Amino acid sequence: MKPPVFEYRDPRSLDEALGLLNEYGDDSSILAGGQSLIPLLNLRLARPDYVIDINKVPGLDTIEVLPGCVRVGALTRIRRLERDPKIRAVAPALSDAFQNIAHPQIRSRTTIGGNISHADPSSELPGVLAAYDGRVQLTSSSGSRWVSWSDFFVTVFTTTRESNELLTAVEFPTDQNFSYEFEEIARRPGDYPLAGVCAGISLDGSQVRAARLSAIAIADRPIRMTAAESALVGVDISNAAVRQAASQAAAAEINPMDDEHGSAAFRRGLVSTLVKRTLDRLAGVPS
Amino acid sequence: MTSLYEEVTQVPDGVPTRRVTITVNGQKRTVDVEPRLLLAHLIRQGLKLTGTHTGCDTTNCGACTVLFDGRPIKSCTMLAVQADGHKVETVEGMGTASELHPIQEGFKEEHGLQCGFCTPGMMLAAKALLEKNPNPTEDEVRWALSGNLCRCTGYQNIVKAVLWAADKMRDQQA
Ligand SMILES: Cc1cc2nc3c(=O)[nH]c(=O)nc-3n(C[C@H](O)[C@H](O)[C@H](O)COP(=O)(O)OP(=O)(O)OC[C@H]3O[C@@H](n4cnc5c(N)ncnc54)[C@H](O)[C@@H]3O)c2cc1C
Ligand code: FES
Ligand code: FES
Repeated sequence: MKPPVFEYRDPRSLDEALGLLNEYGDDSSILAGGQSLIPLLNLRLARPDYVIDINKVPGLDTIEVLPGCVRVGALTRIRRLERDPKIRAVAPALSDAFQNIAHPQIRSRTTIGGNISHADPSSELPGVLAAYDGRVQLTSSSGSRWVSWSDFFVTVFTTTRESNELLTAVEFPTDQNFSYEFEEIARRPGDYPLAGVCAGISLDGSQVRAARLSAIAIADRPIRMTAAESALVGVDISNAAVRQAASQAAAAEINPMDDEHGSAAFRRGLVSTLVKRTLDRLAGVPS
Repeated sequence: MTSLYEEVTQVPDGVPTRRVTITVNGQKRTVDVEPRLLLAHLIRQGLKLTGTHTGCDTTNCGACTVLFDGRPIKSCTMLAVQADGHKVETVEGMGTASELHPIQEGFKEEHGLQCGFCTPGMMLAAKALLEKNPNPTEDEVRWALSGNLCRCTGYQNIVKAVLWAADKMRDQQA
């Protein structure tokens, strides 16, 4: 038998799930898509006393395209999200990011809530959430709170979620004035990216009013590249030199680490290229 | 010596089990399982359907791919209890030795296997693709198989096998 012994609970309502979390907290693991948790159990790197399987909790697999945001229930699977035409219509970069998460079998199971709660700095969605300036909803027996991405992600696999809270929804604001592009570089399609960039700009004609640029797999949590963002404000996006300058600013401000997948200098180069490519696309110029 | 079947189903005294009913290849199977039992192990050892292979147990290799309510999943990454009330299809459900499924035929015709370890998973991933998309491009086939590793045939002939099967299945439809 691969996983260690645990007690299995499969609550049938949100209240029941929250009650169990309240009772077992740190001694329990929430099981959503299982694509990260079950391998950890199989390797016995996770040894929870209780596994709380939320897959039978009704009402958590929603997709809402509202005026001003896309709101997704925590249990919604990536397979459904990547094909959703309503999301593609308002947030195409988000749909592109969904398609870059792992392989078909894994996307059949992975949930948006599990993916974001896991807080893997190499995951696409936390970075995309950062570029959209999005937030997550955390719910406990005593109520719900919304937490912005920047107050949620702490470091590798660590968030500010309390042990009695369930992540119940994720919200991506879709400000009409912002257009986004997402791109990553991975060794093989479906792998975690070596680096990824999500770039959004709001334009007045061809003049940049505001810019939001995030980098993925560069730090211990998703980051915004504020120097590159500032370099873009007020400039004419159709000017190639401006886009080049922003990509250089991004490379200069990030501080990637060396690891077995690539050196810091290599990653810096990747981010610079990705910023250039996403901005070129936002400017309507082929890279 | 106890059989593997008993090993899975006869759990030591005091260990809580759950009764689950899973429709496997169209047949309802009811078993008592320990919650930590992986679906892959129930299929292989409990149900004796050893066509589903396990290569890594960590969601990497795809050898354990089965269809879960028609969708491809890795059965090493689901608990057997989670399959209660659901439909599972394994390679044994695809065809018989005398009447191969077109995908199985394709693997034979195009030399899509050598040792055969990855083959059941490859074929089920391919089946999930062809059911949604009967006329895939080569790129779409490669994308659909991206979660499956082959360590000996190489991917060229596997992709050809799936395209061969797609052709044949379209002919049969026409
Ligand atoms: C081979 C492979 C390749 C992968 N490639 C990528 C990739 O390219 N990009 C990527 O982003 N991911 C990738 N993944 C990770 C995959 O997407 C994970 O499944 C995902 O990160 C976790 O989602 P899950 O729904 O499966 O969560 P689970 O595995 O069920 O849970 C993960 C963690 O989150 C907690 N959790 C789950 N749901 C909630 C909730 N609602 N509230 C609070 N806590 C919760 C769990 O307790 C657990 O600690 C890959 C995985 C594999 C195996
Ligand atoms: S055994 Fe399941 S993916 Fe390798
Ligand atoms: S045929 Fe041997 S691993 Fe694929």
